[in-house]
Amino acid sequence: MRTLKFAAALAEAIDEALTAEPKITLIGAGFGGLAGGQFFNPLREKYADRIKYPPISEIGFTGIGVGAAMAGLRPIVDYGTATFSYEAIPQIINEAAIACSNSGGQTSAPIVFHMLHGIRGAGGVQHSGSPHPWYWNTPGLQVVEPGTPADVKGLFRWAALKSRNPTVFVDHARLMDDEGEVPDGEYDIPFGQAKVERPGTDVSIIAAGIQVPRALAAAATLAGQGIQAEVLNLRTLEPLDKPAILASVQKTGRVVVTDESHDNCGVAAGLAAIVADEAFRHLKAPIKRVSTMAVPVPYAQTLEDYVTPTAERIVAAAKAVMG
Amino acid sequence: MCHMLPSDRAVNLLGMMLRMRRLEEQVIHFAEDHQGLIRGHFHVYIGQEAAGAAACAALKTEDYIYTTHRNHAHVVAKGGDMGRVLAEIIGRLDGYCKGRAGTFHVAAPQLGVLHTSAIVGGCLPLAAGTAYASKIQGNGRSTIVFFGDGAMEEGVFYETMNISQLWGLPVIFYMENNAVQPGERAGRGSPTSEHSAKALSDIPRAFSMETHVVDGTDLEAVYDLVSGLVEKTRRGEGPFFIESRTSRWPGNYGNFPKSVGGDTDVSWAWSPESAPEAVRKWEELSDPVLLYARKLLEQNSISREGLLDLDERIRREVEDAAKFALNSALPPAEAAVEFAYA
Repeated sequence: MRTLKFAAALAEAIDEALTAEPKITLIGAGFGGLAGGQFFNPLREKYADRIKYPPISEIGFTGIGVGAAMAGLRPIVDYGTATFSYEAIPQIINEAAIACSNSGGQTSAPIVFHMLHGIRGAGGVQHSGSPHPWYWNTPGLQVVEPGTPADVKGLFRWAALKSRNPTVFVDHARLMDDEGEVPDGEYDIPFGQAKVERPGTDVSIIAAGIQVPRALAAAATLAGQGIQAEVLNLRTLEPLDKPAILASVQKTGRVVVTDESHDNCGVAAGLAAIVADEAFRHLKAPIKRVSTMAVPVPYAQTLEDYVTPTAERIVAAAKAVMG
Repeated sequence: MCHMLPSDRAVNLLGMMLRMRRLEEQVIHFAEDHQGLIRGHFHVYIGQEAAGAAACAALKTEDYIYTTHRNHAHVVAKGGDMGRVLAEIIGRLDGYCKGRAGTFHVAAPQLGVLHTSAIVGGCLPLAAGTAYASKIQGNGRSTIVFFGDGAMEEGVFYETMNISQLWGLPVIFYMENNAVQPGERAGRGSPTSEHSAKALSDIPRAFSMETHVVDGTDLEAVYDLVSGLVEKTRRGEGPFFIESRTSRWPGNYGNFPKSVGGDTDVSWAWSPESAPEAVRKWEELSDPVLLYARKLLEQNSISREGLLDLDERIRREVEDAAKFALNSALPPAEAAVEFAYA
C-alpha cells in the first residue's frame, strides 16, 4: 500500500489504461480541473497523439465520442466541470443511453463521460452542480461516484478497459487533493461492489463520492459520543450494490443516506426509497437524508457552507435517527 | 461527368427504388387497412427514393449510414430485408430490433446501421464519430448521414459541421431538402420560414466544407456525385456536404401520411394523364421512380412489359414481406426489461 492523492491515483489509472488499450481515444483531457496539474500534465505530453482537444462544443464532441464507441473505439470524453455536460444531454440520454436497448442488444457504446461535480469552493452557481441524479434516472447509463483514491483508480480502470456500456464518471472537484491508501500495481474495481469503509452496529451511513470521507469524519465524531456508525461506500449508483445496503440496514436498523446532490428525485431520495421499500421491517427509526439543500448553489462562502452536506450535518442526522 | 449507367445496373437501381416505394405504400396500408396495427404516428420516404437508393448503391455493406424518422427505405437500400423492416415497424419479434425500436429507430448493425435517431439532428455527431473511428482504425469505411433540412435548425448541426471540418473526418453529410418546388430543384435557393439563410448550402460553405447541390430526384446524378465522394472518404478525405433537392409527395401529411392517389402505377410513366388528379402533377414532374422509369423507357434500357414484370415481382416480394411481418409474434411482455445494458 502507498498513500496517494486522489488526482495521482486517477492519473495512474488513465496512464495504465491508455498503455493497455489502443482503442482508447481521449476527447478533452481536463480531468483534475483546476487541480492536479502535476499529475495530468505529463500524461497530456506522453499521450499527445491520443488526445483531441475539441472546440467548446459539448453536444458535438459528445456525439462524436458516442458514434466512435458504437464503431469500436473506447472513447473517454472529459467535460471539466460537470455542469457543461448539460449542453451534451441529448447525446448522452437520447442516443448513448438508448442505443443498446433500442437495437435489441446489438449496438453498445462503451464510452466514459468524465466530469467534475460538486461545491468546489467559489465555483458559483454554474460551476458547483451535481448532475449525477439526472444520469442515475436514465436506464442505459452506468453512474460511478468514487469516494477515495483507491476507488478512483480501480473504478476508472474498469470503466476504461472493461465496461461495455456508457459510463458517467463523476469525481468531486474537492476530492482531487485528498490522500488515501492505494494498493500497489494494477487492479480493477468492478462496478456494483460497495465497500464497508468502517464497520459499526448502531447506524448505517450510506454514502457516495465525497460523502464517504465526510461520513468517515462523522463516524469518528459519533464514536466519541458512544455511537458506532457503519459507513458504506457505494462507489457506483448504477449498477447498485443493493445486497450490501440491505445487509447493513439489517445489521443496524437505523439509516442515514447521503450524497452531494439535491434531494428531489436525487441520489439520497432514491436510496431512501429502496431502503423503505425493501428493508422497512428492519428499521427502528425513520430514514434521514443528508443532501445539498434545495437551492441553486450560491457563491459567498457562508452561503456555500450552509447548503453543503457536511460531516456535521451527517452527525446531526445520525443522532436524530438514534433518538 | 454525367455518364449513363450500364442498363442492367440501371434496371437494378430502378428495382430498388420501386422496392422502397412499395415498402412505404405497404406501411401506409398497414396504417389505413388494419385497425390498431400501427398505433402511433410514422413517416415515409416516398418521393426521395432516388437519393437513398443511389447513395446506398455507392456503399459497401461494411460502410455506415445513419438515418432519421424516415429510415425504413434507407435500411432497405442498404441491403435490409423488407420483412424484417416491416416486422420492426409493427413491433414484432422478427424485426431488426426485436420490436424494441419501431418505425422511428430501425437499426441494423450488420448492415452498417448502428443506430437510428428520430431526434432531429441526433445522428449528425454520431456519424462524425463513426467517421472518426474509421479514420483512427484506418479501415477505409465510408459514413453517410441522411438528415432533413430541419436538422439545420438545430445547434448540434453547427457544432458537428465545425468539428468535422477541423478534424477532417471522412463523412458525407447528405441533407435531404424535400420541400423544393419542381422548377427549382436544379437551383440552390431554399426560402423557408424557419431559416434565415437564403440558400442552405451557403452554411456548410461558411465552414469551408466541400459542398454540392444535386437534384435528388435524378438517380444517376446522385449516384455519380456520391460514388465520387465515397471514394474520397475511403482515402480518409472529408467531410463533404450534399444538399439533395426533392419535391414533397402530396400524401405527406405531417405525422400521418395518406394514400392520396392510391398505390403508384408504373404505367403512369408513359401515361401520366391517367394518374388521379391529387397526385398527377407530382407524378409527372417530381416522382423519382417514374422519372427514372421514363428515362430508361426512352433509352430502351427497359420495355413497358419489362417494367410491368419488374413491378409485379416487387409487389409479390413486398406482399411476402408483409405476410412475414404480420405472422411474426409480438415480443413476450417480460422482454421489456432486457437489453438496457450490454
